[in-house]
Amino acid sequence: MEAKLRIARRASATTEQKKSSWVRQLWDRRWCYLFAAPSLILATMFTFYPIVSSWYFSLLQWSGFTADKTFVGLANYAELIQDKYFWDAFLRSFQFMIVAVPIQLILALLIAIVLNDQALKLSPLFRTMIFLPVVTTAAIVGMLMTLILSPFNGPINGVLRDLHLITQPIDFLGDPQTTLWTVIAVFIWKWLGQPMIYWLAALQTIPRELYEAAKVDGAGWWRQLWNITLPLIVPFAIVIILVTAVGALHVFPLIQTLTGGGPFFATEVMEVYIYRVAFGGETGMGTPRLGYASAAGVFFGVAVMILALFQAWGARSLRDFRSDLQSV
Amino acid sequence: MGQGSNRRATIVSLILIPICLIWIYPFLWMISASLKTNAEFFQGTGLIPTTLHWDNYVRAWQNAHIGDYFFNSVIVTVAAVAIATTTAAMIGYVLGRYSFPGKKLLMGLFVATVFIPQGYTVIPIFEIVNRLGLADTLWGVILAEAGGVNVLSILLFAGYFAQLPRELEEAAQMDGAGFLRVFWSIMLPLSKPVIASTVILRFITIWNSFLLPLVLTLSRPGLRTLAVGIYAFRGEYYVDWSGMAAAATISLLPVIIMFILLQRYFVEGISGAVKQ
Repeated sequence: MEAKLRIARRASATTEQKKSSWVRQLWDRRWCYLFAAPSLILATMFTFYPIVSSWYFSLLQWSGFTADKTFVGLANYAELIQDKYFWDAFLRSFQFMIVAVPIQLILALLIAIVLNDQALKLSPLFRTMIFLPVVTTAAIVGMLMTLILSPFNGPINGVLRDLHLITQPIDFLGDPQTTLWTVIAVFIWKWLGQPMIYWLAALQTIPRELYEAAKVDGAGWWRQLWNITLPLIVPFAIVIILVTAVGALHVFPLIQTLTGGGPFFATEVMEVYIYRVAFGGETGMGTPRLGYASAAGVFFGVAVMILALFQAWGARSLRDFRSDLQSV
Repeated sequence: MGQGSNRRATIVSLILIPICLIWIYPFLWMISASLKTNAEFFQGTGLIPTTLHWDNYVRAWQNAHIGDYFFNSVIVTVAAVAIATTTAAMIGYVLGRYSFPGKKLLMGLFVATVFIPQGYTVIPIFEIVNRLGLADTLWGVILAEAGGVNVLSILLFAGYFAQLPRELEEAAQMDGAGFLRVFWSIMLPLSKPVIASTVILRFITIWNSFLLPLVLTLSRPGLRTLAVGIYAFRGEYYVDWSGMAAAATISLLPVIIMFILLQRYFVEGISGAVKQ
């Protein structure tokens, strides 16, 4: 009897101790929570809350500027999947990414390999020149390029005419046939410097001795590239591809200022579509539809995340495959 | 490095110089166009203007309020970069050096936001800024810019702080330094390379930002940043080509000059960020 009581008393003592130790643990770690708090509060307000409230907004008929929110359930989504402009913009976003990212990555890698040469004394100058558009506000690049590519007095058409390559000026940004390609070209020009720097950093992690040893063994430039450089930058490549791909989905500033999504919606990507639907677009005409635009945003966001999961999964199975190969 | 590699380097340089000049041709053209008259602008492709027309700059500065927009941009960028870097350093410090209940969840939440497109969150941000009553000050734009989770900076700080030796803070604690003091006087000064990388990466993103400031200043022209201001200028004065070139030059030159002066740190900062 007495033993039983003792056990019971001990048990309650340990729970009490455990409880107080749990509180104590939190108290001991109070600085950790205090230090994490500012980021968490900001992220909650401007990232987590927007993600969740988008779901709710997407179920509303709501013009935004007045309080007339009407709950319409999934009606926005039902309308969305029948909206030709939505699907065009949705697919165009990915088309943009699929075309721009590989070109950007391969060009940047080539330039990085050339500039990584120790004997190239002017390398920092070239690096600076190629990086210059990256620090230039995208919206201003958009405006500048509108002037440069103009069919009326733009220097590009002028040069092409002086070289007798064309007789009629090309309306790079006004012709639905050429616009999207022009925008992609401008995007690559603007952002090429960023992956170039990433590649340069990756290349600089490769020990010089490897190349010297390869040279002693009689390996030429191509063999060194194929057997040393490329295999050793693969781990970096996965991150660089990911960052560049995410970047290619944020083309709003460039497209809005170059073409506004036109002509005839030929360059309307998702963010431009969302902006147009939500805020009445460039002219401020049309009815703002925040609920409908939210539904488009949710749809797009989910699609991007599924794509990202696939990419992460692909990267992981590639890694597993390689380690399997090594263990064989 | 023999004579062969030197000769190769010379040949490569000779090929690269014209390519790089073409690469920056738009900027050279813009500066040249900003000094021409609108009439001269329409003739020829020569880069050297016949006479220098500084009145384009006067027009851009006065009519287009480029000066005001420039200061708005500077305020937004400086404040948002400062807030974003400070908060990232703080959370990176505790994530990198301490274990505490909820750490894994916190990490998971932040990493999950990497792929959120801005088009997805912009409408609720617009709504929350209005509801907080921040719509008539630059604070709305500043907080919204700083509030986007920057996982890369947080991971950089966490990784860097994690590898600093324990003895550092033990020695400081023996001397009676508390948590804050250890962070402020020992850890933070040691993390200068990461601070530099984060500041640079954030600067590029926030200076380039367009969608958020555009949406948040739709009905408030006084709060426009440069990017939004130039965009509006184009809508209002689309016939004044050399005025627009002048406006673009005013907005770009300070950044370009700063970048050229600091380019070593810029490029090495990003390189350092990738290597870690």
